[in-house]
Amino acid sequence: MPPAAGFATKRLGKELQKIHNSLPPGIDLVSAENFEEWFLDIRVLDSNPLYKDQTYRLKFKFSSSYPIEPPEVVFVKLPDRPIPIHPHIYSNGIICLDLLGQQGWSPVQNVESVCMSLQSMLTGNTKDERPPGDEDFVRANRLRPKDIDFFYHDNNV
Amino acid sequence: MDSDDDFMSAVSSEDDVLPDDSENEDMSDAEDFDFDDEPDPDLGMSKDFGVKKKVPFDINFKVFHPSDIQKQQDDLINEVNMILDISKEEAAILLRHFRWNKERLLEDSMDKQRQVFEAAGLAQTSAGPPRLETIPGFVCDICCEEGEGLQSFAIKCGHRYCVDCYRHYLSQKIRGEGEAARIQCPADGCNLIIDSRSLDLLVMPELTGRYHELLNRTYVEDKDTLKWCPAPDCQNAIECGVKKKELDKVVPTVACDCGHRFCFGCILNDHQPAPCELVKKWLKKCADDSETANWISANTKECPKCNSTIEKNGGCNHMTCRKCKHEFCWMCMGLWSEHGTSWYSCNRFEEKSGTEARDAQARSRVSLERYLHYYNRYANHEQSARLDKNIYQKTETKMVQLQKESGMSWIEVQYLNSASQALQTCRQTLMWTYAFAFYLARNNLTEIFEDNQKDLEMAVEALSGMFEKNVTELSDPKLKVEIMDKTAYCNKRRIILLEDTAANLAEGRWTFNVELTSGAAASSSHRR
Ligand SMILES: [Zn+2]
Ligand SMILES: [Zn+2]
Ligand SMILES: [Zn+2]
Ligand SMILES: [Zn+2]
Ligand SMILES: [Zn+2]
Ligand SMILES: [Zn+2]
Repeated sequence: MPPAAGFATKRLGKELQKIHNSLPPGIDLVSAENFEEWFLDIRVLDSNPLYKDQTYRLKFKFSSSYPIEPPEVVFVKLPDRPIPIHPHIYSNGIICLDLLGQQGWSPVQNVESVCMSLQSMLTGNTKDERPPGDEDFVRANRLRPKDIDFFYHDNNV
Repeated sequence: MDSDDDFMSAVSSEDDVLPDDSENEDMSDAEDFDFDDEPDPDLGMSKDFGVKKKVPFDINFKVFHPSDIQKQQDDLINEVNMILDISKEEAAILLRHFRWNKERLLEDSMDKQRQVFEAAGLAQTSAGPPRLETIPGFVCDICCEEGEGLQSFAIKCGHRYCVDCYRHYLSQKIRGEGEAARIQCPADGCNLIIDSRSLDLLVMPELTGRYHELLNRTYVEDKDTLKWCPAPDCQNAIECGVKKKELDKVVPTVACDCGHRFCFGCILNDHQPAPCELVKKWLKKCADDSETANWISANTKECPKCNSTIEKNGGCNHMTCRKCKHEFCWMCMGLWSEHGTSWYSCNRFEEKSGTEARDAQARSRVSLERYLHYYNRYANHEQSARLDKNIYQKTETKMVQLQKESGMSWIEVQYLNSASQALQTCRQTLMWTYAFAFYLARNNLTEIFEDNQKDLEMAVEALSGMFEKNVTELSDPKLKVEIMDKTAYCNKRRIILLEDTAANLAEGRWTFNVELTSGAAASSSHRR
């Protein structure tokens, strides 16, 4: 029984309403022109030297089963928006985070809570490095993020 | 632990029984098999060795039909349900958590019920049966819907969502992710498991069927001694006591009631006499080298005499060119007339040594040639077995015709059926003898092995040749006797070969030119 058309739309409409009213500091809505793809910017609030004075662009893609299914979330690279360095973020912007996988996702999560989790994932990081095998992965990967079987070997980073 | 006692009393009268060291092995392996300390079913080959005289490559196993699987589960659930005074759904969740190790479950639940329930995803409080509720002022956190009359549901943790969202969520888990035994409450970070009664209340009947099917699967998948028969559409499971770490000593071939023969160790089709690890290595090598080797496995070749294209259409290696009547061997393209006496040269690869091997280029060519030699024969039998299968399907018709022509009864033409089956099994074995031989380092035992291989190979080709004769030829009663004799002979040669290889494998007397690590080192991946 796939959710009826409009299921995701309804929920995203409510989320958008709330986002327009207020968003936590360091999170800004860039565009939400439809209910399939949104862009948001995030910044790290403390003075972590790895991410100081940088803003990062996130792309959210929603399926019609959102929020039963997790959204697809990646960092996108622009002239003024680099891909943050992090042992769980590949240099093509793909994020290895359990809460974005089917096992870790809960339908009560939302766009705002995902942004906040990513913010704190950056805040807490001290390692100036990419995931192991980044180069090979970026070169070889043709899968969409949701189809990659990540092994979340270390959720504390 | 009464089954252990049974076992001890059953064998204590035997003098020549092997010591039962399974207990010690379990201790050393404790971290691999967390719940593996349940009594072993009396199935392992070493255990039964003294009880019943068996051929060394025959292992003990039992076929479980769906009703057997269901009954075993129900019995365990009922027992735990009665002893612990919890609902059947809760008993099932606990049992799955303990991978159906009832003794361990009961022991742990007596000592520390609170922790056990929490780890298994069970609530401490007991509540009435699950029901849908309409609560004033309720807002669903998933769809953000509110409003009067919105039906909602919560399991014992109290995390409440509207029925619609719950259904979407469960359907995604069951249909999308194939999950059943461990579907948790949708709330973030809540580990409580949704029990089967709640699920039946919430989802549509067509999903309930799939859900219970998935639940049943976990019973087999959770037990190391049980495995599904991999044949398509087969619902049976096989119980076998051979452990992963024994796989360098035994090739545990089992046969399901559906007729499918497979290896309990790796689930692939029967690959005796080669141990699982060699099979894995071989298949990988074949896949890696497939381009180099492709030309060999092609179905067509040119007649060595007149160069007209010849397609192999049966399992036999004896080819007769339709155009020039030249008779040759499909494998080596040599004259068939020479094969009656010198099959030997077609079966064994002569190791090239000396001058040629000295320079690196020649060495790599020799190593490729060596591989191709074995691959050629392996692929040939694989293909022939496939073709023999087609021929058997045609044989049904042949058998009917033969009845008409010779006046034999249906029973009396069954010998063709037996011959076809013997061809299949023997080719399957022969095929793997070549993969086995590829990794075999020479020692004083390899010659016996090669002789056995050669004998079986000759017998199979002879039978295959007779088997392909037309109906008129087959109605000759002399040929029937010959085919029956050859069938029996093939089966006998196969057993002789397998007895020899299995006995030497069990005793560790083979030397391989690759490292065999046994099942202990399970491969771990960085992705899941
Ligand atoms: Zn809802
Ligand atoms: Zn909950
Ligand atoms: Zn079967
Ligand atoms: Zn195997
Ligand atoms: Zn010819
Ligand atoms: Zn030949």
